[in-house]
Amino acid sequence: MANVVLWSIVGILALIVLYIVLTFNSLIMLRNRVNNAWSQIDVQLKKRYDLIPNLVNTVKGYMKHERGTLAEITKMRSSLISGSMQQKAKANNAISEALKTIFAVAENYPKLEASENFKMLQEELSGTESKVAFSRQFYNDNVMILNNKIQQFPSNIIASMLSFKESEFFQTAEAEKKPVKVEF
Amino acid sequence: MNLYENISSNKRKSIFLIIIFFIIIGFLGYSFGLYIGDAFIGLGFAIIFSTIMALISFYSGDRMILGMSSAMPADRKKYPYLVNTVEGLAIAAGIPTPKIYVIDDSAINAFATGRDPKHASVTVTTGAIKRLKRDELEGVISHELSHVRNYDIRMMMFVVVLVGLIALLSDFFLRTMIYGKGRKDMKGGGIIGVVIILLGLVLAILAPLIAQLIKLAVSRKREFLADADGALLSRNPDGLANALKKIKDDKEPLVEAANKATAHLFIENPLRTFRGSVNSLFSTHPDINERIKRLEAF
Repeated sequence: MANVVLWSIVGILALIVLYIVLTFNSLIMLRNRVNNAWSQIDVQLKKRYDLIPNLVNTVKGYMKHERGTLAEITKMRSSLISGSMQQKAKANNAISEALKTIFAVAENYPKLEASENFKMLQEELSGTESKVAFSRQFYNDNVMILNNKIQQFPSNIIASMLSFKESEFFQTAEAEKKPVKVEF
Repeated sequence: MNLYENISSNKRKSIFLIIIFFIIIGFLGYSFGLYIGDAFIGLGFAIIFSTIMALISFYSGDRMILGMSSAMPADRKKYPYLVNTVEGLAIAAGIPTPKIYVIDDSAINAFATGRDPKHASVTVTTGAIKRLKRDELEGVISHELSHVRNYDIRMMMFVVVLVGLIALLSDFFLRTMIYGKGRKDMKGGGIIGVVIILLGLVLAILAPLIAQLIKLAVSRKREFLADADGALLSRNPDGLANALKKIKDDKEPLVEAANKATAHLFIENPLRTFRGSVNSLFSTHPDINERIKRLEAF
């Protein structure tokens, strides 16, 4: 009889240890996924960063009146790859807005609009814009899964024991969530 | 069920289906072997032959399908719009960017194939690139990427090959029974042997049909799931719904390079010859109206 009780206790303890190990591993996996997703956003922001000088060089010959906007884009560009998550998000939104203006104004310059280089840059920039949005979506999906695990019972006990922190969502302005349409 | 659970459940189901198909194939081989004189030769032949075929399809099935459909690799310079869309949605889906192909055809259609997300490809008709708006193309691509991410591509590849094998073996069995002389001196014969042969015969008659129905049911179910997952991926169910509407209203929806062997792969049946509500046991895709309705209800 004593044996049965002893073995039951051992069995239960083993199950608890197993549960802790599995939960710990899945928390680690989820956290790595979040980090990986975050680096995906950085990759896309870096691409935008690299594309902007090309755009500025292509359009500056045509756009005399938009010098201010172009200078602003160039200035904000560095914030895409440095600073906090919030700053990067803000710079990205601001650049998207400024690019919208540039592309809208480009309609007044038929020669510019017709140039292959400009068309390519326009497609690439709107392409990276949606890629930023998609990588942000992937990041936020993963943050949600991680945060659920950290908050839900009973995994929350283990998460707090091992001091796992909830990750922060990548927030954006309402207007930015809509797909950007660039008319050709 | 979250996405990751969905994927593992799908992997389990694929294995289950493959086992079922192998049991059918094994039984066909066994009873055929019994009929011609040695049950284990028949069994061995059927299992080895099917395994080889399944492995070939696993490793090169996608290339065969792409070749059959005259799909050409999509050049980044020529189709920047398509390439960017696929790359973006692959990021959102958390899978590597699949290889991208185009079929030169004015119909709007697309399909995905491969064995896992690392070895996958997405093919789109030039009609879809030209005639779909960005959010509609995104809807179509996210449907296809959902097939990739959910391992539907692998599952359908196996199912198609095994269904084909069952048809082939059954046909072979029946022909031998009808035209061949058979052996009267069966080893391990007797009543049980005769019963097994008769069961094998019944199976040879029924299995191709049953296997075909399973294939179609799996295909339809996967289409609905990919619609739902695709809507979640693009965050825009209307995009896919509108794309399906365009396909529905298309005067020439047929993809010339598609055939019966590849029809189930496409986002909507490329061989559709008549309009209206079709949701029968024999269709590769669920009724398009029902799909649109479900997407609009999101």
